[in-house]
Amino acid sequence: MKFLRKYMDKIQPQFRPGGKLQKLESVYDGMESFLFTPNTTSSSGAHIHDGNDLKRTMITVVVALMPALLFAMYNIGLQHYLAIGQPETSWLTMWTFGLLAMLPVIVVSYVVGLGIEFIGAQIHHKEIQEGFLVTGILIPLIAPINTPLWMVAVATAFAVIFAKEVFGGTGMNIFNVALITRAVLFFGYPSRMSGDEAFVKTDAAFGMGAGNTVDSFSGATPLGQIATNVGDSLSLHNVVGDPITTCDAFMGTIAGSPGETSMVAILIGAAILLITGVASWRVMCSVFAGGLAMAALANVFPSPTYPASMLSPWAQLCYGGFAFAAVFMATDPVTGARTRIGQYIYGFLIGVFAILIRIYNGGYPEGAMLAVLLMNAFAPLIDHCVISFNIKRRLQRANNKQ
Amino acid sequence: MANIKLKKGFDLILNGQLTSDAITPANTSPTYAIVPDDFQGIIPRMDVKEGESVQAGAIIYHDKNHEQIKVTAPVAGVVKEVRRGERRKIEAIIIEPDGSGGQVTHDNKKDVKELLLESGLWVMMRQRPYDVVPAPDVTPRDIVVTCFDSAPLAPSLMQVLADDVRYVAPGVEALKGLTRGNVYLCFRPDEEMDVLNAEVVTVQGPHPAGNAGVQLANIKPVNKGEVVWTLDVLTLARIGKLMKTGVVDFNTVVAVTGEGVSTPRLLKANMGCSIQSLLQDDVQGMRIISGNVLTGIKVNDDEWLRAPYRHVTVIPEVAKRDEFMGWASLSPKRYSIYRLFTSWLTAGKKPASFDARIKGGERAIVRLDEYDRMLPMDIYAEFLIKAIIAGDIEKMEQLGIYEVAPEDFALAEYADTSKLELQRIVRQGLDKLRAEME
Repeated sequence: MKFLRKYMDKIQPQFRPGGKLQKLESVYDGMESFLFTPNTTSSSGAHIHDGNDLKRTMITVVVALMPALLFAMYNIGLQHYLAIGQPETSWLTMWTFGLLAMLPVIVVSYVVGLGIEFIGAQIHHKEIQEGFLVTGILIPLIAPINTPLWMVAVATAFAVIFAKEVFGGTGMNIFNVALITRAVLFFGYPSRMSGDEAFVKTDAAFGMGAGNTVDSFSGATPLGQIATNVGDSLSLHNVVGDPITTCDAFMGTIAGSPGETSMVAILIGAAILLITGVASWRVMCSVFAGGLAMAALANVFPSPTYPASMLSPWAQLCYGGFAFAAVFMATDPVTGARTRIGQYIYGFLIGVFAILIRIYNGGYPEGAMLAVLLMNAFAPLIDHCVISFNIKRRLQRANNKQ
Repeated sequence: MANIKLKKGFDLILNGQLTSDAITPANTSPTYAIVPDDFQGIIPRMDVKEGESVQAGAIIYHDKNHEQIKVTAPVAGVVKEVRRGERRKIEAIIIEPDGSGGQVTHDNKKDVKELLLESGLWVMMRQRPYDVVPAPDVTPRDIVVTCFDSAPLAPSLMQVLADDVRYVAPGVEALKGLTRGNVYLCFRPDEEMDVLNAEVVTVQGPHPAGNAGVQLANIKPVNKGEVVWTLDVLTLARIGKLMKTGVVDFNTVVAVTGEGVSTPRLLKANMGCSIQSLLQDDVQGMRIISGNVLTGIKVNDDEWLRAPYRHVTVIPEVAKRDEFMGWASLSPKRYSIYRLFTSWLTAGKKPASFDARIKGGERAIVRLDEYDRMLPMDIYAEFLIKAIIAGDIEKMEQLGIYEVAPEDFALAEYADTSKLELQRIVRQGLDKLRAEME
């Protein structure tokens, strides 16, 4: 890597103040620290430091998202070829179709988000931080595949600027940036975010997979179907009208936002996050516990008025974005509760609200996003309460003395 | 007798550990020095001039606010230089030894407190809150003496103490009269011994279990308005010896350790001796630390041993220049206590190599629980750090800043993914609070 080091040293002066490319200084610094571990040594305090840094931490989350991403590509292809009546297509073709369909969204998300981060870093003369590495991959996974690219760009820009940069950048945001992006899409362009049109890509991707949809096609997600279900029994079907089971939902071969469908892929990601210790098992487990508890409670009183209450608790976890939110959204340490006891409360309430909204609010077939955002707002309050016990204990100790 | 079991913390195992208990004499040191920065909370006012002859134990300077607090010469000789830095701040008082061996003998029938202040042993103690030299006009609630050093590569204090262990009891007796509470002696279970008048506590668990502040927090935390003194067993023995013989023992055993030392060993030296007299290796490209790798002070080889005068560690400054994509490393050499790296499997089990690189950029606090896992106290460390950064004095008080010292955060600083300078932050917080309160 000597030549690379030499090359970086050679071009460096152009990026320093006075150089031709001084406006790109933060980009240069970002690249340099990406390529080479900085040689900076400690100047105060501890003389040795752990090998871990935020880059490694963030990259680990991206790695944990890979199973979900790879499966998402396959599933997009699968749904597409089902919809155009060619279910016999090979899985590789399906996956390639999905790759082509998702690539533009990924590119737009990263270019817009990182672009804004670079500009922000340059304005404040700060180092570029790693937070958007994860956000940039989360956005394509939670935006419906048919979202127009300009909408993705607008929503990403809005979220990065107003949910993150104005609060001070990575580590300072109150709300999960990827979910704010999703919320902007959801509330800004509701007609494109639900119904038949949103979740299954029926047209060709870069000329691949052209064809007309079959007559029996319906692109509604299982939760969408449940929300409009009439009668006292649920019948769920896939994009061409064949019945589906909870097992299909577990594997992920159903319609939905790209990353959220496969419980298997999400659980592999969860295992990576928990084994490496990047995510809090307290939060993750409590979300599932809260979801199960609420779903079980609702299932005790099933009612045709709220069709989702007829789903079994187990099925509640498999359908929709619940598992994805539990594993990748709720565990965002920056926006969640930071005390240990707080993490249990925070996670549990996310689980409860996600299912509560899903079942009892007819306007929203899925509640995971809203539940996480709601609890993001309450996380500091939860921490405040937990800490106030510690403060009270300390005060009491001091008062008992006298 | 109480027993404390601590779970939080971590024992880092570094290359360059002591291999033998033999104590050999160090080379003769051409100069000795007192560095006022070693004695937090004292503003020096000189009592001697350059060129003046002093005996070992003679008063060199006193504190501006408490004139009784004296700092004394560790060796007989001539005051060669009072080195001053910016704004005439005294950086070091350098003494050239004359080899006479002259030593001040104190009247050991005098009042204990007066004797300690005058002999210069007072400044070897610290007080909570603020982690500064104790104010002489306050009676401490308790006194905590740590009898082991749990820091990486540190020597065993009881071993270093050797025969002087007989001065522990007189030391306790002297201190017992200065507090209305107890004198706690905190031992490792296998080194524990009974001492008259002292409350003996055994402490199990990883570093920072050896920090007096951590022990104090688990025995009886200090509350607002209370004062507790902390010291190590070596200082306690010196106090005992002073009581018995009337002279202060300025001899010290220094553990010279670390990867940059070819044969790690224990050296018999004098407080304030030059670093060169302790090292025999080439230290080009090395970082010399007076103290341990977590809390020590970086010194050059033309400088001097710093308080508490018992440990020197030498590690490489930069072991691997321009490490390519270090964040993606799968190498077991990239040492981490987290399960994100393969080295986690051997972390804390096998000696590892460390250099002084920070290995990442400074970031906002992102990961959960990193500080709490390294601080065995009933304190929300992360929230305390945030309160200090924000300068919120009321919050700092509420979250227990009176109970902590910078050294307690040293391990958290090592482990911090966000690479914040926690010890500096805590020091600033304590200084700010002290300025506000006094």
